[in-house]
Amino acid sequence: MSATHFQLDPQGRLLHFLTIEGLTRRHLTDILDTAESLHGVAERRVKKLPTLHGKTVVNLFFEASTRTRTTFELAAKRLSADVLTLNIATSSAVKGETLLDTLRNIEAMQCDMFVVRHEQSGAAEFIARHVKPHIAVLNAGDGRHAHPTQAMLDVFTIRRHKPDFSRLQVAIVGDILHSRVARSLIHALNILGAGEIRVVGPRTLLPAQVETLGARVFYDPAQGLRDVDVVVMLRLQKERMEGALLPSEQEFFQRYGLTEERLALAKPDVLVMHPGPINRGVEIDSRVADGPRSVILEQVTNGIAVRMAIMSITLGNHARPAGETP
Amino acid sequence: MRDAEPLIETMAGQLRELLAERDITEPMLVGIHTGGVWIAERLRQLLGIAAPLGQLDISFYRDDFNRIGVNRRVRPSELPFDVDGRHLVLVDDVLNTGRTIRAALNELFDYGRPASVLLAVLVDRGGRELPIEAQVVGARLKVPVDQEVQLTGPELLQLVIQQITP
Repeated sequence: MSATHFQLDPQGRLLHFLTIEGLTRRHLTDILDTAESLHGVAERRVKKLPTLHGKTVVNLFFEASTRTRTTFELAAKRLSADVLTLNIATSSAVKGETLLDTLRNIEAMQCDMFVVRHEQSGAAEFIARHVKPHIAVLNAGDGRHAHPTQAMLDVFTIRRHKPDFSRLQVAIVGDILHSRVARSLIHALNILGAGEIRVVGPRTLLPAQVETLGARVFYDPAQGLRDVDVVVMLRLQKERMEGALLPSEQEFFQRYGLTEERLALAKPDVLVMHPGPINRGVEIDSRVADGPRSVILEQVTNGIAVRMAIMSITLGNHARPAGETP
Repeated sequence: MRDAEPLIETMAGQLRELLAERDITEPMLVGIHTGGVWIAERLRQLLGIAAPLGQLDISFYRDDFNRIGVNRRVRPSELPFDVDGRHLVLVDDVLNTGRTIRAALNELFDYGRPASVLLAVLVDRGGRELPIEAQVVGARLKVPVDQEVQLTGPELLQLVIQQITP
């Protein structure tokens, strides 16, 4: 059974959130609608709901992260859960403890949810398959595979500005090959019926047969950005330079970097997005990143409501009347 | 099936009296989704209140999350005014166990500290499990536990009492 089906219960409800792949439009719109209800919480006097009071959420971060980790922490806290964050890259993994041993130990602390980030594709699913059945597992990014909560906050941000997806043209630009963000986002946009999804980048940074994901390929940003409603810039990971996939950062910026001139090819009301952290002057010019079309910081804010929605939905679906076996 | 309008007029009469008695000149109405919002809107018209309506969706405050999870049809709560020091009238369609009102009060206090809160309901069907009472009641009905009272709307507000389908 694949991660796609494994994350659902027999009634098709989300028990875990591991991948966007294979979910229905209804799964996604339920998350988006719930997130919309949670969005206003941050503006209230008390930025907290009692929903997950008494639950314990453990963030297992085997790979460094600032935005994702802190927004997951805040999301859990705003739902009144107790949160513990373990940066395992710097703790037991170094001492040679296996993943399963780490898991069993944390499980023994009576927790209800694991939020997992790992450099290996499939790590979150592996954990979901091995934890006790009452525990929900959320994928906070696994290798090159998926980053489903990022995709959901991206489509949430788009929907708040441009609710009609049927005519939406979205360009995803940069290092598609190594990007779990791109993969999850393409799936989410397809499921929500986006008009056209474009991937724009150099041949060396596009995965083979990327068209089969349901995206149009452009090597030239002058064509790829023309008349789009949304531009999603991806972070160029500097370590890729060493793999000889790219000549230099300067050349990448020259050919693909999002400048005001290139942005002018898109629709006047285009949204500029980036999952962060941004490399100024590598994939995006500061004037664009900080400019009037940028919703990059809005994405960060929206990430909290979207993660709150996914946490409350998955934990809620684990809920059963006392005594009833799942 | 029963037309709810005469009951809402009864509520408006009681509420007018109560507000005068308490010297409340600028009450703020807060409806609980979904039926409570419809009734609050009608009361706002009948009492000629200019202030906008507050709307509460108490889904995230329910005490049965561990039994039923999150309501799929949850909507944003919206209080388009500062709650601090205001006299609020909380409006719902059916008062039964009192658990919804408990949740609504908790949510209200996360917005601020109101001066007072009154409770106005279309139907009080008994069945209380918490120490909560309404000050304004459109009708008191004895309804067997295996039947539910529902308000349909929003065009024509009507009360429907029917057998609960298991």
